[in-house]
Amino acid sequence: MISEHLVDLSRLQFAITALYHFLFVPLTLGLSWILVIMESVYVMTGKEIYRDMTKFWGKLFGINFALGVTTGLTMEFQFGTNWAYYSHYVGDIFGAPLAIEGLMAFMLESTFVGMFFLGWDRLSKRQHLTTTFLVALGSNLSALWILVANAWMQNPVGAHFNYETMRMELTSFADVFFNPVAQVKFIHTVAAGYVTGAMFVLSISAYYLLRNRDVGFARRSFAVAAGFGVAAICSVILLGDESGYEVGDVQKTKLAAIEAEWETAEPPAAFTLFGWPNDETMETDYAVKIPYLLGIIATRSVTEPVAGIKDLRAEHEDRVRNGMKAYALLKQLRDGPVTEETKAEFDKVKDDLGYGLLLKKYTNNVTDATDEQIKAAAHDTVPPVAPMFWAFRIMVASGFAMLIIFFLSFYHCAKRQEYKKKWLLRLAMLGLPLPWIAAETGWFVAEFGRQPWTISGILPTHISTSTLSASDVQNSLIALVVFYTLLLIVELYLMIRFVRQGPSSLHTGRYHYEASAERG
Amino acid sequence: MILDYETLKLIWWLLMGVLLIGFALTDGFDMGVGILLPFIGHTDEERRIMINTVGPHWEGNQVWLVTAGGALFAAWPLVYAMAFSGFYLAMMLTLFALFLRPVGFDYRSKLDNSRWRSSWDWGLFVGSVVPPIIFGVAFGNLLLGVPFYFDDMMRPNYTGGFLQLLNPFALLSGVVSLLMIVMHGSVWLQIRTLDSLEWRATQVAKASSVALLIAFALAGLWVSFGMDGYVVSAMPAANSSFTPDMKEVTTQVGGWLLNYQQYPWMILAPAFAFLGMIGVYLFSHLSRPGMAFISSAVTLTGIILTAGFSMFPFVMPSSDAVNHSLTMWDATSSLLTLKIMFWVAIVMVPIIICYSFWTYRRMWRRLDVNFIRGNQHSTY
Repeated sequence: MISEHLVDLSRLQFAITALYHFLFVPLTLGLSWILVIMESVYVMTGKEIYRDMTKFWGKLFGINFALGVTTGLTMEFQFGTNWAYYSHYVGDIFGAPLAIEGLMAFMLESTFVGMFFLGWDRLSKRQHLTTTFLVALGSNLSALWILVANAWMQNPVGAHFNYETMRMELTSFADVFFNPVAQVKFIHTVAAGYVTGAMFVLSISAYYLLRNRDVGFARRSFAVAAGFGVAAICSVILLGDESGYEVGDVQKTKLAAIEAEWETAEPPAAFTLFGWPNDETMETDYAVKIPYLLGIIATRSVTEPVAGIKDLRAEHEDRVRNGMKAYALLKQLRDGPVTEETKAEFDKVKDDLGYGLLLKKYTNNVTDATDEQIKAAAHDTVPPVAPMFWAFRIMVASGFAMLIIFFLSFYHCAKRQEYKKKWLLRLAMLGLPLPWIAAETGWFVAEFGRQPWTISGILPTHISTSTLSASDVQNSLIALVVFYTLLLIVELYLMIRFVRQGPSSLHTGRYHYEASAERG
Repeated sequence: MILDYETLKLIWWLLMGVLLIGFALTDGFDMGVGILLPFIGHTDEERRIMINTVGPHWEGNQVWLVTAGGALFAAWPLVYAMAFSGFYLAMMLTLFALFLRPVGFDYRSKLDNSRWRSSWDWGLFVGSVVPPIIFGVAFGNLLLGVPFYFDDMMRPNYTGGFLQLLNPFALLSGVVSLLMIVMHGSVWLQIRTLDSLEWRATQVAKASSVALLIAFALAGLWVSFGMDGYVVSAMPAANSSFTPDMKEVTTQVGGWLLNYQQYPWMILAPAFAFLGMIGVYLFSHLSRPGMAFISSAVTLTGIILTAGFSMFPFVMPSSDAVNHSLTMWDATSSLLTLKIMFWVAIVMVPIIICYSFWTYRRMWRRLDVNFIRGNQHSTY
């Protein structure tokens, strides 16, 4: 039996390294396109200030990028080091998009990022712009392949279980790539990255404008960020990955947890705006509901029902019992002799094998699990509701707050009076943490909501780990947290230092500190 | 073209070799520069020259490692699972060392403070010296066999400890690997720097090529006479899909040499490795840095191929349950995955080589102090 302590530590380590990594990735995704926009204006108009903008925001991009690479390495190695059974069980499918990401995207991004920083006087204007574009393209393609892999964990299509090799094997790569969850996830996530880049530039530019420094530089940056931000926040909200919850059983469970939908309601279901979900009584206390809304969001109709948690659990209990049969038949197939009859029997129930494996948390011998253990396994199939409910609402609230900030900024930019509106500039500065709050809570909803599975309905988290001692994982976890935190402090220190210096850090002699030094 | 399962398995063994060699040849020289940084860069300006010779390229180079990791996951999931979890602490050490590189390169020259800069120099040193040593030690252990087995659910179990990885032969392999990288870094610096740096790099290249020759020869003797090699004695058809525990494996002294008897052309790999080392010495001595770099690349390729040829078809032999040893016949993905990944690699690898080549050509020049002084704020 695998100790729960080991599983918890492994999960915690993955969660923490992913949360750290996700501090840097969204900014890279968004800022890279903002650099492309600024440099394009420079190439088209020849105005030097746009080159300076590209260089200055590029410096901040570089400081962030270094930690993105650093934390990304762990993500790639970690499947093998800490989730070895997962790697064996689904590597045939999951490994492919990761390898393609390296070959097609990360290689492109990383080869040209050095040229972006150091190639200014070695490349022609157009060549350098192309370089910047390829960095942006690479980072976005990277997100595409990672999200194809991640979407497969949420909604595993195009694969089947092979009892001879004891693993999942690919049946259709097209199904994996065109997974509906992958499409909505990709758009939602990269657009969230664009929002992060836009808010970053908007807030820092607002800071310069409030201090009346480098006004021409800051106003142009503010305008680019406001325009890009409006477009990005609209895509995030309108094309939110809500529609992905229609597909797959586990995605439905996730939706039920997000909405604290305990009972299957008569369609159209009401949307619970606020409330206090209670896992014990399976009720939401003090619920404030909006009629019809959930049904419309989740099913795009007023007649389709939205499954409730209690019904889902009952359904899953049947699947666990079926899974026990599948497990028994699998043993027969593995030990032999293999007959056509056993194979046919196994094929009938093999889709529920994963539900049988959920029992591994309670007993090594899945086939003789007690009723109590079966009920416990079925109960596990719905993640704790309150964290899901709240994380989702924090994400959405941050999204709408940013929508307001971007629209106001854009409106006042268009009227050419944004630099006079102190309240707007302060609001834009206050908005700085919002994209990160939204990204981290959004990530939490997507991945915590997948529990108790690593691969929805196929492979339980509990058995996905490596066979390691809990103390090894505990030590690496502590070391990672300490090391990452130190690096984060260094990063923030540099970031703040360069933000304070502003474009003067380029040493062109044209900006605030240097210009005033000359005057003085 | 007939892409049956057997052929694809073989092609993927070759492709893994290509990725590994790509990693050694590219990331190898920037790691070598990182190792030499605190020693042959005497002043801040000299160190900046060294860093900037690899500045635009190290990031792309390191992706060869990331890609090799991804390809291992996709093509040989069992090897990825067993090696990464079995060598847990070693992998973690590698990771922590690698963390220091992106930040080291990017942050070092951002502040004009000598303590800050020298701290990052040592960070870059650690980030560059630890991975090659650990990769070498890991390879040594692969040749010796690693204690692991699979249970009836095919769950990988490692039964050894961390300290037993540090046995004498594995440490010798670590030395070979370290010297390869130091030599490669020093020949790179010969082409890209001038004056005193160039001279010091030349001395390092000459010394490391001699040391490498001795270490590699010693390792060769050890493999030939001092250890058990693994031999597959029976296995299901190579064209079919099967798990590692379905074959039979025996061990015998000198077992790793049997391939050279069966395929004598394989001897070219160690032969070229030795010729390359001699080339590095001679061309460094004659001040022909371009030729020295090519010789170094030949050496690295030769050594990696020697390891691969000796072990073929093994990838990760098990000393615990010899039949569970992982080979390139049974640790692989399904036919469909290998096929798709084959086409991706065939299309992408040449494209990558083309654009990487373009970036090297654009940035090609020797760097000296005038370059650093003229670009104080726009270089690393």
